[in-house]
Amino acid sequence: MTRRTPTTDVALIAGFAALIAVCAILPDIKTGIGVPYSLQTFGVLLTGAVLGPVRGFLSVSLYLVAGLVLPIYSGGASGISHYSGVTAGYLVAFPIAAALCGFLVYRNRHNATQFAFVFTCGLLSSFLVVHTLGPLNLAWRADLSLKEAFSFDAAYFPGDIAKNVVMALVATAVHRAFPDLAARKRSAEVEATSAA
Amino acid sequence: MTASPLGDYQPGTSVFHRLPVGAKLLGLLVLSVVAVAFRGVATTGGLLVLAVACCMVAGVRLGRAARALRGVVVAMTLLAAYQTWQRGAEHAFVVVGALVALLLLATVFTTTTSVDRMVDAITRWLEPLRRFGVKPELVALAFSLMIRGIPLTLAIAGETRDAARARGLERNPRAYLTPLVIRVVAHARATGDALHARGLGDE
Amino acid sequence: MSRIELDRVVVRAATPGGPAPEVTVLQETTLDLAEQRIALIGPNGSGKSTLARLVNGLVEPTTGRVTVDGLDVARKGREVRRRVGFVFTDPSAQLVMPTVVEDVALSLRHQVRGREERAAAARSVLASYGLEELADRSVHTLSGGQRQLLALAGVLATDPAVLVADEPTTLLDLRNARMIGDLLLGLPQQLVLATHDLELALRCERALLIDDGAVVADGSPTEVVDHYRASAG
Ligand SMILES: Nc1ncnc2c1ncn2[C@@H]1O[C@H](COP(=O)(O)OP(=O)(O)OP(=O)(O)O)[C@@H](O)[C@H]1O
Ligand SMILES: [Mg+2]
Repeated sequence: MTRRTPTTDVALIAGFAALIAVCAILPDIKTGIGVPYSLQTFGVLLTGAVLGPVRGFLSVSLYLVAGLVLPIYSGGASGISHYSGVTAGYLVAFPIAAALCGFLVYRNRHNATQFAFVFTCGLLSSFLVVHTLGPLNLAWRADLSLKEAFSFDAAYFPGDIAKNVVMALVATAVHRAFPDLAARKRSAEVEATSAA
Repeated sequence: MTASPLGDYQPGTSVFHRLPVGAKLLGLLVLSVVAVAFRGVATTGGLLVLAVACCMVAGVRLGRAARALRGVVVAMTLLAAYQTWQRGAEHAFVVVGALVALLLLATVFTTTTSVDRMVDAITRWLEPLRRFGVKPELVALAFSLMIRGIPLTLAIAGETRDAARARGLERNPRAYLTPLVIRVVAHARATGDALHARGLGDE
Repeated sequence: MSRIELDRVVVRAATPGGPAPEVTVLQETTLDLAEQRIALIGPNGSGKSTLARLVNGLVEPTTGRVTVDGLDVARKGREVRRRVGFVFTDPSAQLVMPTVVEDVALSLRHQVRGREERAAAARSVLASYGLEELADRSVHTLSGGQRQLLALAGVLATDPAVLVADEPTTLLDLRNARMIGDLLLGLPQQLVLATHDLELALRCERALLIDDGAVVADGSPTEVVDHYRASAG
């Protein structure tokens, strides 16, 4: 009965871009092991898992582009400076990771409410994309060897696993609340609506 | 709350304020490639001088530049210490100095570029893609919706956090993140309906 | 006056969790609405919003046809939406731009060319609703009443022939509810008003009582409201 309109897709893309921004600028969660982690990557993978590959990719890209002029990246420094810095690899990895996570979840959309399935998709995406592009750029920018860069990066593993647990809990709850979110679209016009 | 999501733009009339957005982005890109491709004391020194000069021309206030650097100062100090220990002080200066210079140049970009001009530039760049079905006005709309969405989402985040606290669940991130995300989805759908009713999906 | 017609419209929805068993949200309904002000009343979940949303295509009929001035909503959605304005319960979802003046300017994008001209036109619309002081405020900082008034201004800026309002006063305090209610009922446009406020319904020319997905009473507001009060016990 209710149409899936292109405007709803635009609103979801923008809404999740704002959500990632809020995740990145909220005060860090204190974790048991003493290292505070920002929720930025939680927001990125969640966006993929909830919105799927196309909308997820566009949403994270919108967040990144808006971040060029708005201080909405985690760490608080103003926007584009991050691309000149050592963390650029992580930022560039985000839309790709969201797209991969969304692709994996939506490929088996009837499993989108299964915790273990969504958790695995998120973890795969963060290890295959975020933890490769991130340290590669770090090595290049900070003039470190690959071994050094990858071992710095490994410090984020425990936090990432914890964030993926929360991501999967939240994403499955959202898919249960809105079963038609992952429904196949009825028209092809949706793809064409936005390309932020 | 550390950052104001409303941005670092500072109105003005400097040459950087008048330069097209694309030119500024391109300049930054070129300089950041130069910094790595010609790594050396001279390059880093030159970049630092250039960065300070640009900040002065653009009228970047000292406080603003300091704020831009504050977020990364810990990482930079650690990196400098590590590089000094592993490869000597000169190498540390070359690497970290270049990063600081680029950070300052990036601050020049954010201080002299308003969101409006950024959105205008992006819609202009996307215009050629119209025949492939891209609708630049929907992209511009997505930007506006997102900017409007940030304070709204912050408010919802505050409410769901308070609600979780009221139920003694403040240590459970799921207890406030789930309702937050569900409300974000519900709000996006209501917004999508309202936009549709205003004919925005019809262009 | 415009004319809204429903021809044997049925709306069904898939139940969450599976496509198989569908629920009927609106049973077969045929209506011809040509009065100036029409109220839709009925209990929660009866189908008022569904009926209201059919008029501009936010809900599509599963079978049957909805037309506005002869234009099929499903086929001529674009023309219909230019003719039909819609006001929702929660104004914060309707206000989409960061500042007040930008939001009204968004409505005027077809009527007025040029960014400056549009902003000026938007300011004069705001002035006609006494909102000129708020023009440059962030939408986020407005009160509930101001937001609903702004949402209404944004919709009326394009001068639609029909205004559909789905419980526009429900979230407002007594004073703002009265202000918005008076404004709506005083409009020259045709008004379709879904509401739980029976006083507002009594001031319309026609009222429809919806219950469990069907129109169970239709006629003069006094009779229909009496019927509703009696059936609610
Ligand atoms: N997408 C949907 N899927 C399944 N059922 C739905 C859907 N949308 C609405 N319904 C059901 O349709 C019925 C009518 O809903 P509608 O929103 O039109 O009621 P309403 O009269 O506006 O109620 P209220 O006064 O509470 O706003 C309700 O029972 C509702 O649960
Ligand atoms: Mg309703």
